[in-house]
Amino acid sequence: MEGSESSGDAAALINSGKRRVLLLLGCPEVPVQTSIALYLAHNLRRRGDEVVVAGTGAALKLMKLADPMGHYIGETMNIDRCIASISEGKMDFELCFAFAHSDAGISYAGTMSYISGAELFLLIFGRGAEELEKTVDFDCRKLVAKAVHDPVPLKRLIDEVID
Amino acid sequence: MSCIEELKYEVLLSQCSFKEAREYIKKNFKYTVEVPPGYRIFNVHLIGVPPLLVGIEEEKVIFPYTKPCYGTFVMRIEGKEEIERLRAKR
Repeated sequence: MEGSESSGDAAALINSGKRRVLLLLGCPEVPVQTSIALYLAHNLRRRGDEVVVAGTGAALKLMKLADPMGHYIGETMNIDRCIASISEGKMDFELCFAFAHSDAGISYAGTMSYISGAELFLLIFGRGAEELEKTVDFDCRKLVAKAVHDPVPLKRLIDEVID
Repeated sequence: MSCIEELKYEVLLSQCSFKEAREYIKKNFKYTVEVPPGYRIFNVHLIGVPPLLVGIEEEKVIFPYTKPCYGTFVMRIEGKEEIERLRAKR
């Protein structure tokens, strides 16, 4: 059974506007990640936001192959280069959606919470989503769904926070 | 961007959680320095949640190294210049 829950004040909508938004993708081994990232990028761009997708080589390949004409994703970059540029003050974002289904994903999101001024949304998914959520001890708005193959529980959470 | 693979390194702990790596460094090394997430060492920016500890043992640096698909590793690499930078932070 794949369920979902949002936490904190995540039900509050993020208002539309021309914002610079980062999607920080983790390892793409859980199927829902690519689907949800494309959906999220589409919704953000549709309302006028500028979206940058950062991820591992494999995560970005999955995204680009699914969107060959670039209808949904715009600029992409390697996840470690992204972290380096933000750490060095060369760039930053207003919003960040970090994807995590493992401890490593949580660590990357935690790093973002420290180095970036972006409002951080943490999408926690996968079979161990609930246990993983308990390990988060930094400021963020958590969107948690025990989703592996079915992206709909995560989609519903995203729809709650993006108008 | 990482050049760690080009250095002579030892892996002290493999594919653990970030917290396990932190506890390992805290428990096994007397001299540690707390650095901020994103701290640059050996041309990589460290990933993790504070407190992010880096150990020093003689002329070697011990630090957590996180890869998205493999988890966190505790690495030991010789680095006099890095140690000087770390000692200056204390």
